Amino acid sequence: MGILNKLDISVEQFESGNIIITSMDKLLNWSRLSSMWQMFFGLACCAIEMMATSASHYDLDRFGIIPRPSPRHVDIILISGTVTLKMATRIKRLYDEMPAPKYILSMGSCANCGGPYWEHGYHVLKGIDRVIPVDVYVPGCPPRPEALLEGLIKLQDKIRNQSLAKHTA
Amino acid sequence: MSELRTEELTINMGPQHPSTHGVLRLVLTLNGEIVTDVKPVLGYLHRCFEKHCEAMTYPQVVPYTDRMDYLNSMNNELAYVLAAEKLLGIQVPERVEYIRVIMCELQRIASHLVAIGTYGNDAGAFTPFLYCFMDREKVLELFEMVCGARLLYNYIWVGGLSHDITPEFVTKTKEFIKYFRPRIKQINNLLSYNKIFIERTAGIGVLPQDVAVNAGVSGPTLRGSGVKFDLRKDDKYSIYDRFDFDVCVGWGERGVVGDCWNRYIVRAYEMEQSLRIIEQAIDNIPEGDVQSAVPKRVKPVVGESYVRTESPKGELAYYIISDGSLNPYRIKARSPSFCNLSVINQISRGHMIADVVMILGSFDIVLGCIDR
Repeated sequence: MGILNKLDISVEQFESGNIIITSMDKLLNWSRLSSMWQMFFGLACCAIEMMATSASHYDLDRFGIIPRPSPRHVDIILISGTVTLKMATRIKRLYDEMPAPKYILSMGSCANCGGPYWEHGYHVLKGIDRVIPVDVYVPGCPPRPEALLEGLIKLQDKIRNQSLAKHTA
Repeated sequence: MSELRTEELTINMGPQHPSTHGVLRLVLTLNGEIVTDVKPVLGYLHRCFEKHCEAMTYPQVVPYTDRMDYLNSMNNELAYVLAAEKLLGIQVPERVEYIRVIMCELQRIASHLVAIGTYGNDAGAFTPFLYCFMDREKVLELFEMVCGARLLYNYIWVGGLSHDITPEFVTKTKEFIKYFRPRIKQINNLLSYNKIFIERTAGIGVLPQDVAVNAGVSGPTLRGSGVKFDLRKDDKYSIYDRFDFDVCVGWGERGVVGDCWNRYIVRAYEMEQSLRIIEQAIDNIPEGDVQSAVPKRVKPVVGESYVRTESPKGELAYYIISDGSLNPYRIKARSPSFCNLSVINQISRGHMIADVVMILGSFDIVLGCIDR
């Protein structure tokens, strides 16, 4: 119950306990945002910062974010690094293989817009949002782990406010 | 009973695979569980480094060298900057040389920590990964103190450094040396001499000396085969001739010389040697201005230069051709990971499919370095 209160879910409590009355939206959103499983998938330099974030110093586990190797297990995918044209087709396919609801976090300038390879990079995709829809952009080259955590908390906020009525999966 | 029909199976490993250290794709041909052929497919992280440099001025290239081998930014910068300085004929101050060596050796430790941690992860041991990254954070804190960046620094400039070090950095580095020496032993106890880890790696993927030399393999991968070759000793650059350190080779402490375990353990040995170099350098940093030799305008004469250095992955070299303008005419990077990867087919054949993961991990490849 303590966790539920902390996550700002309005619940009505009965004296006998064990009964919660809340809306379906809030329950679903709460469970979704508390266990965002992440694709074990790194592209370039940002992947090292992603690894550093998930290691002991910053500890992504406390947000319920666990890396999974298969796209069929995951809820979010962190696009961590430069997306080349050759890789973009694979990422599109990985995205299609993920079960809904699915979320994309674009990490770093390369994934956001092409980054330092924007002008002369003939083989670099100028932003992953040209291929798949992005929920949160985290700027930086590479973003610090704190920035990535901030982005993930923003994504949690986004999930917290979504509604089943609008968002038919 | 009729004969069972068998056929070879071709499967894809990567580009999205947790053990390929990036976006490498391996096309494996299997006979049951036995690997008969491995074909690496590259280009998933091709970021056009060499073509890109032609549009940049010489100092502008430095950040792009960071992003080549992103685990090892300082050494990349050093190699490029040395090549550019050779072209320009710049003599940098003593203080700069000392700080560069300290930074490069700290970076070598950080790079080897990632190599060891992820290699344990490949073998199924998650704990060493957490330990290694904890220690790596301490190195990154030192870098952050000096130049403000954690991963990609743009610290070593043509003719100097972007920032001078502080007395606090010196004390923190000494503290780190004192802290880290027992940690190497701990990592060794945890992973290197672990029975299960040795079973997974000893005798797997033996790389014979002649094959390694012929294929141009370098770095810990070469030294794991028992070849005592380190450019810091054999083709001295910067001020590495002033320091006393050993070139570590795999000598078959466990398994046989040239197998995955020996390639792995060279990195653990080398971290100890890097500490020795830092220890010798940190007390002898001369006074001076780190930016006194930075040229206002980098415009070398027509010519070319080639400098090779020992990066944590192997022999990293830059070849620069100048046509006398502000932009380099051509920059060619000789990346160690690319050459090291070339032997994977030869040494993986006949092994089980699970061993390919261990063999690949023992090379410590970085895709940014391979594809560039």
